[in-house]
Amino acid sequence: MAKFLLRRLLNYVLLVAVATSLAYLLAASALHPRVNYEGRAPRPSEAVIDAKLDALNLNDKTPLWERYGTWATGVLHGDFGKTWLGESVNAEIARRFGVTLRLLVTGMVVGGVIGVLLGALSAVRQYRLTDRLITAGSFLVMSIPVFVLGVLLQVGATKVNDVTGLKIFEFSGEYAAGLSGGFWAQLADRLKHLVLPTISLALGQIAVFSRYQRSAMLDVLAADFVRTARAKGLRRRTALLRHALRTALIPSVTYFTYTFGMLLVGTTLTEKIFGWHGLGEWFVDSVGQNDVNAVAAVNCVAAVLVLVAGLASDVVYAVLDPRVRVGG
Amino acid sequence: MTELAVPAPTAASRGGVVLRRALRSRSALAGAVLLALLFLLAFAGPYLTRWGYDDKDFTAFRQPPSPAHWFGTGAAGQDVFAATVRGMQKSLVIGLLVAVVSTGLAGLVGAFAGYFLGAVDRVLMWVVDLLLVLPSFLMVAILSPLFQGSTWLLFVALLAAFMWMVTARIIRGMTMSLREREYVLAARYIGVRPARIIFRHILPNVASLLIVDATINVSVAVLSESALSYFGFGVQPPDVSLGTLLADASTDATTYPWLFCFPAALLVLIVLAVNLVGDGLRDALDPGSGQAT
Repeated sequence: MAKFLLRRLLNYVLLVAVATSLAYLLAASALHPRVNYEGRAPRPSEAVIDAKLDALNLNDKTPLWERYGTWATGVLHGDFGKTWLGESVNAEIARRFGVTLRLLVTGMVVGGVIGVLLGALSAVRQYRLTDRLITAGSFLVMSIPVFVLGVLLQVGATKVNDVTGLKIFEFSGEYAAGLSGGFWAQLADRLKHLVLPTISLALGQIAVFSRYQRSAMLDVLAADFVRTARAKGLRRRTALLRHALRTALIPSVTYFTYTFGMLLVGTTLTEKIFGWHGLGEWFVDSVGQNDVNAVAAVNCVAAVLVLVAGLASDVVYAVLDPRVRVGG
Repeated sequence: MTELAVPAPTAASRGGVVLRRALRSRSALAGAVLLALLFLLAFAGPYLTRWGYDDKDFTAFRQPPSPAHWFGTGAAGQDVFAATVRGMQKSLVIGLLVAVVSTGLAGLVGAFAGYFLGAVDRVLMWVVDLLLVLPSFLMVAILSPLFQGSTWLLFVALLAAFMWMVTARIIRGMTMSLREREYVLAARYIGVRPARIIFRHILPNVASLLIVDATINVSVAVLSESALSYFGFGVQPPDVSLGTLLADASTDATTYPWLFCFPAALLVLIVLAVNLVGDGLRDALDPGSGQAT
């Protein structure tokens, strides 16, 4: 068992290393930091630009492999280099990671839980009004891109705020600048800012998971063990929740790994639209600014997150399904 | 579905059964009709209006919809209707191309990995794992400077290159069980070459899954394309797609709603129609769904 886990861990480390290197090499050959300086007025002399780019390991006159070597040595020592403005990439990541994680986790939890519950409800009420409404709703939501949803939510929130005359919803940034007040005022303010981005991120997850869960639940509802559970005298609610829902969660958990990539992209779009200064927003801006080191670093974080999500779903899988527990 | 033209023999052909089942589902039928209408609008639309997508009407800036400009006009006097149908064309063509290429790639990789197993399988599946670790949005965004100023076909190739992995895994699993079937064994023992077995015996047997997957991928591709274009990483000006139109309009969504509403609604309708057709096809191709619907 330990050997199995170790081999798996090694493979994960290798995957992250190759993925990050690939991202660096692609970014270093597709993005041109030199343009940032050449666009300035007055235009700096070539020697000045070269010196600045050399200091940041961004000079396209240095061969790609040499730049990669310098960068990789830094990364092995835990240093992702500098942004093109000369700031530390590590510090920027540390600052922004929490913002992204908060959005990611709330979106995932809210979306997953509500989606699974709605899907299960939909399956239990198959072909009735509830099922039809949930199905139609999830189809509609799945067809709305996150950036359209974000704008619609902002428009809707403005209307609500105007009508009620209160600032119920906040849709820009993660907290109000210069807010004074105690812990509770701060917390309330943060929650207010969290509502809309979470909705825009979670709605898509709810739609996808309710579809998966509905079909998984339908397969299980007709199974013998659910009938047995009822026959031995369990109440309908207990049979459905303890036996049917639990078993039907297993396929949904495997889908979680696949939808996580979608969730990451959704987070990027949501951050950009709602002005959250997270990793996704930084990535989009960095590509625009030809910031090779920043782009590679965000890719590394994304790769690690995807693998951690995969591991987490394996663990949940083992908890739910006694058959895959190794060695008891 | 050419089998339908032949007078029905004793047993209904598979294509016929699938088509009949798909048509019986009202939502799939509605999706197909909607999709046909959207295609018609996208490709016949430019002939209905006298404005080109890059024409500017200097007498009408930011005007609401009117008989002269059906969807209103933009900040520089562009006709929103002409721009929207042009954007639809681009989004639809990109969506279809990406879906066909990525599904084809998924079928090939999955079938080869599942048929040969061993080293081929390990290498291909490791590539799948690697690409799954790199979110497609990030990769296409990084490489976007490459197709700025060059052809949008490169954009299509890149989108397709990052969309095939999950399907390839499913196809691999199906191939692993197909390769033990009698007809595949028989073909192998009489000396048919592996590539021929894959194209003649394996791929046709996973075709139904591939068709469903290609349909779903159209909607995924349209959504990815519009999201990337929205941030300037996709279709490049002067060309327009629904994503670039929405990006231009997003800041004015409250003040000049027609700039945002029409492209957004059409984008949602395209994806919705494709999803409905895909869902109907999936149910129709699933042998177990016969009694249910």
